[in-house]
Amino acid sequence: MKTARYRIEVYAKIADARCEAVRLKLSRQGFPVKTVFMSDNYLIDAEISPEMIEQAATLLVQPVVQGYLINTPYMPEEFTHAVEIGFLPGVTDNVAHTVRESISDLLKRELDMEKSVFTTVTYFFSGPISDGEIQSIGNELHNPLIQRMNILSRDEYRARSGMGRYIPLVDLHEKPSADVVDLETGEDELAVIAREGIANEDGSRRGPLALDMASMEVIRDYFRKESRNPTDIELESIAQTWSEHCKHTIFAAEIDGDGEGIFRSYIRRATETIRREKGDRDFCYSVFKDNSGGIEFDDDYIITDKVETHNSPSALDPFGGAITGIVGVNRDTIGFGLAAKPVANRYGFCFADPADETPLFRDRERSRRLLPPRRIMEGVIHGVNAGGNTSGIPTPQGFIYFDAGYKGKPLVFVGTVGIIPKTVGDRVSVEKSAVDGDHIVIVGGRVGRDGIHGATFSSEALSSGSPATAVQIGDPITQKKLSDALVKEARDLGLYHSITDNGAGGLSCSVAEMARECGGFRVDLEQVPLKYPGLSPWQIWVSESQERMTLSVPPEKLEPFIHLMTRRGVETAVIGKFTSSGRGEVMFHGEKVFDLDLFFLHEGLPQKKLSTRKPAAKAPAVPGFPEPSDMTSVMGEMMGRLNIAGFEFISTQYDHEVQAGSVIKPLQGAGKVNGNTSVFRPLLASKKGVVLSQGLYPSYSGIDPYRMAACSIDTAVRNAVAAGCSLDRLAILDNFCWCDSNNPERLWQLKEAARACYDTAVAYGTPYISGKDSMFNDFRGFDADGNEVYISIPPTLLISSIGVAEDAEMCQTMDFKVPGDIIYLVGLTGDECGGSEYHSLTGERTGEGPVTGGTVPSVECSANLAAYRALEKALREGLVSSSISLERGGLGVAAIKSALAGMRGFTLSLGAVPAAGKLRDDTLLFSESQGRVLAGVDPSKAGKFESLFAGIAFARVGEVAEGGVIRITGAGGENIVETTVDEMMERYRSCFRGF
Amino acid sequence: MVKPRTLVLTGYGINCDEETKFAFEYAGSDASIVHINDIIEEPGMLERFQIFAFPGGFSYGDDTGSGKALAGRIKNNLLEEMRRFSERDTLMLGICNGFQVMVNLGILPALDRKIGEAEAALIHNGSFRYQCRWVDLIVEKGTPSVFTRGIETLHIPVAHGEGNFYAPEKTLKDLERNKLVTMRYAGPGGGPAEGVFPYNPNGSAGDIASICDAGGRIMGMMPHPERGMFFTQRDDWTLLKERLTRRGEEVPAHSDGIAIFQNAVNYFA
Repeated sequence: MKTARYRIEVYAKIADARCEAVRLKLSRQGFPVKTVFMSDNYLIDAEISPEMIEQAATLLVQPVVQGYLINTPYMPEEFTHAVEIGFLPGVTDNVAHTVRESISDLLKRELDMEKSVFTTVTYFFSGPISDGEIQSIGNELHNPLIQRMNILSRDEYRARSGMGRYIPLVDLHEKPSADVVDLETGEDELAVIAREGIANEDGSRRGPLALDMASMEVIRDYFRKESRNPTDIELESIAQTWSEHCKHTIFAAEIDGDGEGIFRSYIRRATETIRREKGDRDFCYSVFKDNSGGIEFDDDYIITDKVETHNSPSALDPFGGAITGIVGVNRDTIGFGLAAKPVANRYGFCFADPADETPLFRDRERSRRLLPPRRIMEGVIHGVNAGGNTSGIPTPQGFIYFDAGYKGKPLVFVGTVGIIPKTVGDRVSVEKSAVDGDHIVIVGGRVGRDGIHGATFSSEALSSGSPATAVQIGDPITQKKLSDALVKEARDLGLYHSITDNGAGGLSCSVAEMARECGGFRVDLEQVPLKYPGLSPWQIWVSESQERMTLSVPPEKLEPFIHLMTRRGVETAVIGKFTSSGRGEVMFHGEKVFDLDLFFLHEGLPQKKLSTRKPAAKAPAVPGFPEPSDMTSVMGEMMGRLNIAGFEFISTQYDHEVQAGSVIKPLQGAGKVNGNTSVFRPLLASKKGVVLSQGLYPSYSGIDPYRMAACSIDTAVRNAVAAGCSLDRLAILDNFCWCDSNNPERLWQLKEAARACYDTAVAYGTPYISGKDSMFNDFRGFDADGNEVYISIPPTLLISSIGVAEDAEMCQTMDFKVPGDIIYLVGLTGDECGGSEYHSLTGERTGEGPVTGGTVPSVECSANLAAYRALEKALREGLVSSSISLERGGLGVAAIKSALAGMRGFTLSLGAVPAAGKLRDDTLLFSESQGRVLAGVDPSKAGKFESLFAGIAFARVGEVAEGGVIRITGAGGENIVETTVDEMMERYRSCFRGF
Repeated sequence: MVKPRTLVLTGYGINCDEETKFAFEYAGSDASIVHINDIIEEPGMLERFQIFAFPGGFSYGDDTGSGKALAGRIKNNLLEEMRRFSERDTLMLGICNGFQVMVNLGILPALDRKIGEAEAALIHNGSFRYQCRWVDLIVEKGTPSVFTRGIETLHIPVAHGEGNFYAPEKTLKDLERNKLVTMRYAGPGGGPAEGVFPYNPNGSAGDIASICDAGGRIMGMMPHPERGMFFTQRDDWTLLKERLTRRGEEVPAHSDGIAIFQNAVNYFA
């Protein structure tokens, strides 16, 4: 076992808030922890003199508050157990990288990138803690997929003089050459190769290729024509390129005989129709072809947007999965056109109830427990915090959503908005092309075994065979350096022809993708910088190690490009040349290991043929429950629900002010209520704002997937308009997260949703500019008794909206501002509580289980459009003093949110609500009918406001109060809700108080 | 008037360089963003500048503690040059991560006038969580700070995980005695926050948000003035606008934070 020459332990000399936070967290979970101390440990293995290591140590401590010990263990005065947590071999250790750089800078010589510095953290606990409890505490503090743990009692720690100096070196002995894979072995073996991967010499398998039999046969036939079998690197590369993750095989499949498939028939066709109808008012740039989609911001700039999911990795390592997701989608911005600058992040998390502690296991033996929902939630939230904040990109816009169906697999949506000038030098910034003879250059992080099979892995359901190497940890600083060097310098100096991100599939996808622009490539794989030796060629080629971009650099620009990158601390490697040979060729130490026809690689994938089946009509459940008599307490319970309550703790830990453009923030009003829309100015010298919002209604999917999708779009659009966005410059993005997508009934739901996507987007004139899908969000595992468990997510469609507000100063927030202001409700309320938050509360209140059935809101696009146009005008003319778009929880929740944000009460009369027929009070309060907005208006502007809405369903429904009293009267005129801002605030804030 | 020239530092994860440059230019300075490696390569360039700004960010990811690694890089390569710069009639401003770097370098508070050794620290927030929120600040009167002249209060945001100002008892006393505390977090009543969260967002001793050196030409602050320079950056602008319009008053274009940059520029007028 290799040990380090030096171990530096850094400890706090004064009370450390970190230790207190750990103590609090563990106490809350019931562990008898009395005190916590910590040390940060740096294991340094390099030829460094004892004098110099002292100097190095001083770089690692803040001498006013910290002390250090070299090769002597820290011994806090009080502890019963010590728990050391370090990384497993090969896991990204960002702190170690920084320390290595600092010490190299001090010594003025390079240290080995992967073998010289390692870090660990030791926790010292005291209290009446049993052996079982200390094990559980340790489990709470580490994730065995990426970290190792060492627990010692106080006596053991003393006797062994501390934790020792073990360092987790990667020790790989992969075959440094390519294997030939025999495909002429019959159907059965082909199926095994597809499902479990290529066989190693010892009989083990390399992990799923995730190809179907039709694809395997096409591949076999291709190689028959070439009169040989494929090498492993060829087969792996084809699998990556053809994966569901990269090629969207289900969206591209022939469906019910329609050869165009879902994507072309519904999504892309919607955009084409809208662009054609808009004619010279079309504002789209580079949609569906680049790493992000773009729309015109002003005469000189384009804004870009892309929303990704990172579900499977986040289920295994929530922190690593989420940080890798957010930092990864940043690269979809950097990789747009000639490189756009990231200006805002989005997020959206779907979790199971964090209070659910019933264990689930990946394996029948119940040795591998799924992380409980709370751990997943904490880790994911923290991952986006670390990725977004560290990168200096504001993260204003996001949501959290809870449903038991996300217990097997959470959904982690991450998005990034960018900005790029329309022209860069004399080039059109959205046009790029690698040229025959250009060097293939990679910049950024090195390649390791991490992230192998990410693309194929996310194309399958999560089960016990899921590869741990799919887990990675993002390194935002390495990426920040390369981002700045590219976006702020190299791009404008014209140092490259084309650029793309290394995401899923790693080099195999990025190089092959860029090679389409010129017609071929030739790579010398041994030129790729590795984290550690011992990788096989196929691993280098498909590894998804993060923070890398691939560029095509013309020969005359190579020297200045490398010079610039070196000065900015960005590692660069020239790994080959783009060609026009029509083939992709990969050499490894002079031996050709890969030689494929590019056309086959990109277009050879056989189209899937899918058919859908409408589920047998269930007896239409009519939700029958009496109207509650205590509507005030129902209101309070609604405000405290997971899907409605405030999540200030997330908004305030995500920096949403960096870059100084924030206009409408994630928390609105003095009461700090989470809004559904945010606005920021990406150019500080311009008045224009970018408006971001979203809509999703997974709870509607089971009842009516068509309406579910229509509602998601309507909400995403309406939220943006209600904040001040112009309908004439509003685009949307689609993220389908589906389940069990080989099942014809699931596919029927998918097609229904897609049909609504076409109809609704075209009606609103809001084109899709980018999208991404994730089709297998299912979990197969076992419960505590060893029974099989199968959990699918509810089909989830996230529609994100991005638009432009002509004058950010005319945007509006939700808070009630001035007593006496009239409250108007725009839009018609119907009996549309099916799948609503109110129904899910009712099920819990009555104890009779979830209320099923009922009618999901329908979206009346043309009526809504008239209302949105009027609202847009009212906002532009400054007639609106508060504006909130109605979402989950309907009118009741929206009115209370405006009150809490403004810290002002109100009166509201349900009898005045424009309704489709005579409705119960609870329906009027909580129906989630779409198309509705609640607006406050200065009485002196009421006439003007009303005249704009002539012919549109709207009414005065209430008034903003002087004090904090909230009073809602029912349709019959009696008071049904009587409460105060303070009481409702307590309910709204209490839900996530423990976080 | 000749525009004073501002060097806005960048590199290794500094990320508020562009808006800080914008703020200085908006206030009338001629500002350039310069990578630290370019200064190390050509330290003589510092002589061309009158103002040195350490912007906010996450230098080196704050991996070994906020601002520590960047302070280390300066210590290893530029300490003498920084000392010479500060000895000229120049200004130095550190915001957030920039303040953390200055404290780690001993540029602030520099009570013993010895650059290179830290006398105070900015430690983890009491909540042990990153806090991005708006705060009210009391700007202390009678301090030597050039940057805060004429300012009484500020409403601007903080965004940091390690902003808890800590110094030994004696250092704190010296800071107070020499009037080097330039800003404190205010409570809802306008007086000092007295450590109460979220008014004091990090638990700072004495509610300290900002300090300066004895000469008043060097200041560091945790809150971000460049994030509160425009009216529409404020967290309460839609409410203020509604009130102003109804009173028939003009809606301003600027907000509190710009005054810090204007003071810096006016120093050279």
